[in-house]
Amino acid sequence: MALLEVKDLEVRFGLRSGEVKALRDINFTLNRGERLGVVGESGAGKSVLGFSILNLLSKPGYIAGGEISFEGRNLADLSAEELRSVRGNRIAMIFQDPMMTLNPVLTIGEQMVECLLAHRKISKRDAREIALQKLKQVYIPSPETRLDQYPHELSGGMRQRVVIAIGLLMDPDIIIADEPTTALDVTIQAEIMELMLELCERNNVALILITHDLGVVSQVTQKTIVMYAGRIIEQGPTKEIINDAQHPYTQGLMNALPQMALPGQRLNQIRGAMPPLQRIPTGCAFHPRCNYVMETCKHNLPGFTRSGGCQVACHLVAEMKREEAAQKKAEEV
Amino acid sequence: MTTMTEQHPQRVVQAGGETLVEVENLYKKFSISGDFLDQLKFRGGKIVREREFVHAINGVNLNVQRGEALCVVGESGCGKSTVARTVMGLLSPSSGAIRYRGERIDNLSDRQLMPYRRKMQMIFQNPYASLNPRMTIEETLQEPVRLHNPQWSATEVRDKVHEVMFSVGIDPSWGERYSHEFSGGQRQRISIARALAVDPEFIVADEPISALDVSIQAQVLNLMMDAQEQRNLTYLFITHDLSVVEHFGTRVAVMYLGTLCELAPTGTLFAQPRHPYTQALLSAIPRLEDDRPGHIKLKGEVPTPVNLPSGCVFHGRCPYANERCQREIPQLIATDGGGMVACHAVDEGRI
Repeated sequence: MALLEVKDLEVRFGLRSGEVKALRDINFTLNRGERLGVVGESGAGKSVLGFSILNLLSKPGYIAGGEISFEGRNLADLSAEELRSVRGNRIAMIFQDPMMTLNPVLTIGEQMVECLLAHRKISKRDAREIALQKLKQVYIPSPETRLDQYPHELSGGMRQRVVIAIGLLMDPDIIIADEPTTALDVTIQAEIMELMLELCERNNVALILITHDLGVVSQVTQKTIVMYAGRIIEQGPTKEIINDAQHPYTQGLMNALPQMALPGQRLNQIRGAMPPLQRIPTGCAFHPRCNYVMETCKHNLPGFTRSGGCQVACHLVAEMKREEAAQKKAEEV
Repeated sequence: MTTMTEQHPQRVVQAGGETLVEVENLYKKFSISGDFLDQLKFRGGKIVREREFVHAINGVNLNVQRGEALCVVGESGCGKSTVARTVMGLLSPSSGAIRYRGERIDNLSDRQLMPYRRKMQMIFQNPYASLNPRMTIEETLQEPVRLHNPQWSATEVRDKVHEVMFSVGIDPSWGERYSHEFSGGQRQRISIARALAVDPEFIVADEPISALDVSIQAQVLNLMMDAQEQRNLTYLFITHDLSVVEHFGTRVAVMYLGTLCELAPTGTLFAQPRHPYTQALLSAIPRLEDDRPGHIKLKGEVPTPVNLPSGCVFHGRCPYANERCQREIPQLIATDGGGMVACHAVDEGRI
């Protein structure tokens, strides 16, 4: 059985101007120790997805339908009390900005001990010992002194290490990391990513990595979900998606990277911009920006087509697969 | 070196080495000790005045050639934005000089600076903060045109603005709307239009695409490259994103802790980085191919620019550092790829 299974998840935001669907038809599974990347541009709904797994959505957002089953329990149905035993304990979350995540008026040690005491019945001294171990695990130099320092005394990279250490405190089964390295410099980013990869592998922790950076996803994850306007448009093994993307949006995203064009030549841009959630086009949400748009794309929402190990929501891919199948049949006859 | 020119055939500096902007031995420090009374301290029975400084730029020399796109890269806190702002005259240097076409401009008054401001424009990082929310797009674009051409009639100003809007792909119907109605990419397009409205020759762009999404980044970069081609612009492009530099820059300057470590043509720098810091920086770029060699790990973190390390500022994190590096500040030396590097190890032939 999969560790986490999300089925037909739908998240809505009740705005004054009307209800908008921030997430639609979200389906995916995550196995123990598996690393999943969620990519998309801002507004695609990737952070909302991360937040809704732990039901951290704040008003006016709410889960309107679907199931998030973690070890057979539907997280969307749990009471606040029950959810607390999962949150931070079995599933931990790491946010983008380490300065916002850490409490500025508590020392690193106090924050870590507080978190441990909230979930476990242990003495303060034991909690401090565990905190120290975790700081060592994330390679923080002189962890004993760091325990008694405040967040502002640490650099950005060190702070993110502390946040990761806090995430690991309860030995969770899943870590959800929402843009964990976006606020950091490239050299520090590379270090933090390597650290997360190592920790996940060593402790057999599953990772949901939410990012806009395709390079990071290709280096860290095994499976990838590509999102656009609140919907998954392509998912499958990371290698396949990076090397042979099927959906025109994924292809466009990849081709827009500066490394995909000859130096000094125009980049392959995708025209237009992602629509706001209030004005999602009918049919395929990507159709106004798509170079291969067909008549059916404008009216009908594409279902998922299998292509290799991937699931692709695109009419064009579906048609190509149909033709392929027909040809094969014709040859057989 | 021939292979490199083959790799990067497109972007060659058009004009033959005419220097447009010159940064000469630039230093900039910021006081972090507050005002005069805050600086008075009681030490050993005496009242003394103590001041602490952030040494943002420490002796940077740069030449921007006409028609090129010089990229300045480095991590946060390395002084790259300070360089941009000092060149623009938004900050005055603590010592050193900025020259524009040979004329010294860093010590001019605001009035004297006006003709230069018209030739030099800036594009800022955050298009949400750099556009006035109370002005319509039309007003935003008209303001610089009016300021620099006070004798123009209203029609002339309007025509000029429409011409610029057309050239950067802004629909004239946007004119009556306010900046909050636009997305980040559209706003950055408006910022670029504002910079181009006074027909500048030189544009300083401080992280112009860092706040944008990948597909929008490509649109804005394309726009900037088209503008360069059409108007023969010269760019000083500040960024931390090396993949953009590889694509956009003709030459690259790598900065670390307020000093220049390496300056080289883009092709040379990416094919053969010489400075250990450049090597580490390049190896840290996340690439789509997953079979690349592991990145070079640096020890520690960037030290604070308040108390600069002695000798080479990079020695504390450098895998090749020796005793000389701790003692002596390395000077820029020419390398065979047409670049310059400030490193004792390269100088001594150790790397």
